[in-house]
Amino acid sequence: MSMLHLEYQVPGDDFTRAGEASGDVKHKLKKLGYEPDAIRRVAIAMYEGEINLVIHGGGGEAVVDVDPDRVDIALIDQGPGIPDVEQAMQAGWSTAPDNVRALGFGAGMGLPNMKKYTDEMTIDSTVGVGTTVKMTVIPGRKG
Amino acid sequence: MKEFFHSVTLNEDKCVGCTNCVKRCPTEAIRIRNGKAFIASERCIDCGECIRICPHHAKRARYTHMDALDKFTYKIALPAPTLYGQFNNLDDIDYVLTGLRQMGFDQVYEVSRAAELVSEATRKMMYNTEMGVNLPRPVISSACPAVVRLIRVRFPDLCDHVLPLKSPMETAAGMAKKEAMEKTGLPEEQIGCFFITPCPAKVTDIKMPLVIEKSCVDGAIAISEVFPQLSHKMDHLECIEPIANSGIIGVGWSTSGGESAALLNEKYLAADGIENVIRVLEEVEDERIGDLDFIELNACAGGCVGGVLCVENPYVAKARIQRLRKYLPVSQNHLAGGPVPTEMEWEEELEFSNVMTLSSDLGEAMRMMVEIDNIEEELPGLDCGACGAPTCRAFAEDVVKGACRKTDCVFVYRKQMQKVAETLGELEGWTPSKEDGE
Repeated sequence: MSMLHLEYQVPGDDFTRAGEASGDVKHKLKKLGYEPDAIRRVAIAMYEGEINLVIHGGGGEAVVDVDPDRVDIALIDQGPGIPDVEQAMQAGWSTAPDNVRALGFGAGMGLPNMKKYTDEMTIDSTVGVGTTVKMTVIPGRKG
Repeated sequence: MKEFFHSVTLNEDKCVGCTNCVKRCPTEAIRIRNGKAFIASERCIDCGECIRICPHHAKRARYTHMDALDKFTYKIALPAPTLYGQFNNLDDIDYVLTGLRQMGFDQVYEVSRAAELVSEATRKMMYNTEMGVNLPRPVISSACPAVVRLIRVRFPDLCDHVLPLKSPMETAAGMAKKEAMEKTGLPEEQIGCFFITPCPAKVTDIKMPLVIEKSCVDGAIAISEVFPQLSHKMDHLECIEPIANSGIIGVGWSTSGGESAALLNEKYLAADGIENVIRVLEEVEDERIGDLDFIELNACAGGCVGGVLCVENPYVAKARIQRLRKYLPVSQNHLAGGPVPTEMEWEEELEFSNVMTLSSDLGEAMRMMVEIDNIEEELPGLDCGACGAPTCRAFAEDVVKGACRKTDCVFVYRKQMQKVAETLGELEGWTPSKEDGE
């Protein structure tokens, strides 16, 4: 059991609301007086993940567990799944449609950035079933 | 710790305890306590939003009055370029400046002159890498004191993005004083510099500066205070003195986008109005805004012309300044070659102040957060403000901090009373006899 457990529903295809969940997490971590660099990394990585839920996952759930020594983020969707995770992790590789790219998203940097800013990351994906991305940020590491 | 000074204060007699200011405050610094607004000093950034919104004019700005000039032998006015936008049909800035002289100032030194130097120094610091300055991008303007104070209490990660240069006001005061000392031979104490200010944040910035030891400015007089006398003087001028000495760049600082345009590089963003400023800062913090070199932020809509101590509608003032600028040279003030003069730079770093955090102990803060979440679930979520806090969430936080009781929420109170009434109802028909109680 974590000390602080947070859950969010992220609606699919709604760009006006993308960033609400990660914004709330950031706000709460600041209130806690969490280590600033860890807050920054959580905010950036979770925002990227949230955008993925919006663009690719058809919406989903964000679950965040906060402890003094770690922040665990899980992004869960029942979307199309990722056929080749290794390929998806490559910088610049994207399946985002043109209308999404027109908004400035879909540069193929989402997953690589999430990996870059977090201390641990796993992707569990099944085509036709969905994707779960788990990330961990440990204060004092990386940065 | 230094005692807080704030320009923004409350006139208790006029305050009726409505929640307009409570809801408007960008740092959630205001609560209604005992029927009156109470400003939490450590959180207030003196942006003046509460002054703007208060329908009862109970919030006011403290500033210097004209009689403060008497304390000095030699008096210098430092007009913000915003002042020029307050007058209708003005086609020559010297009317305003000569008018100020007529009001009792020995010298008038335009802040826009220093603004041109700050613009040049910014360009040097940002683009001249040979000087060894490597500022983290995007660089955020340090000109609006309310924005700098906002970053200081809400955006720890952005403190080192703020441009480490003194404001044009401060630089103007330093230069004007130095010039006056050389010219008159008077000691510094006998020379008084007075900023003609569009906003209360500048008043605070003089009394309690953040990144310098002591301000060179001796007082800030509101534009609204000088306006009546100044416009009268301007109507009765016999001759116009040639004082004005700044160009499009300097005067442009009065409106949003002016400071950015002076960088002569298109990779900038200029946002104004406190909510927009906060949105931009949130996105910069999350690295969602890419490929920008400079971010200009003004707490007031329209920029300094939107300050609460101005008399004219910000957009009218902006239109006038646009017209005034048209026939000016680009810039009339320049730095000598070489690095940026040290007297233009900050003396200290901008340090984050954790006044918004729940507790200095992380474990304790986490326990409090869980309790806040639990209390919030019991609240109606209407953010009605009847408890005196801006939102249900803020109220829950106040309860956990011990600043108020849960029953200060009318909905919680009503529920509690219902329970009492139900208990009483169950007892109906049964009254304890005197013997039972004794």
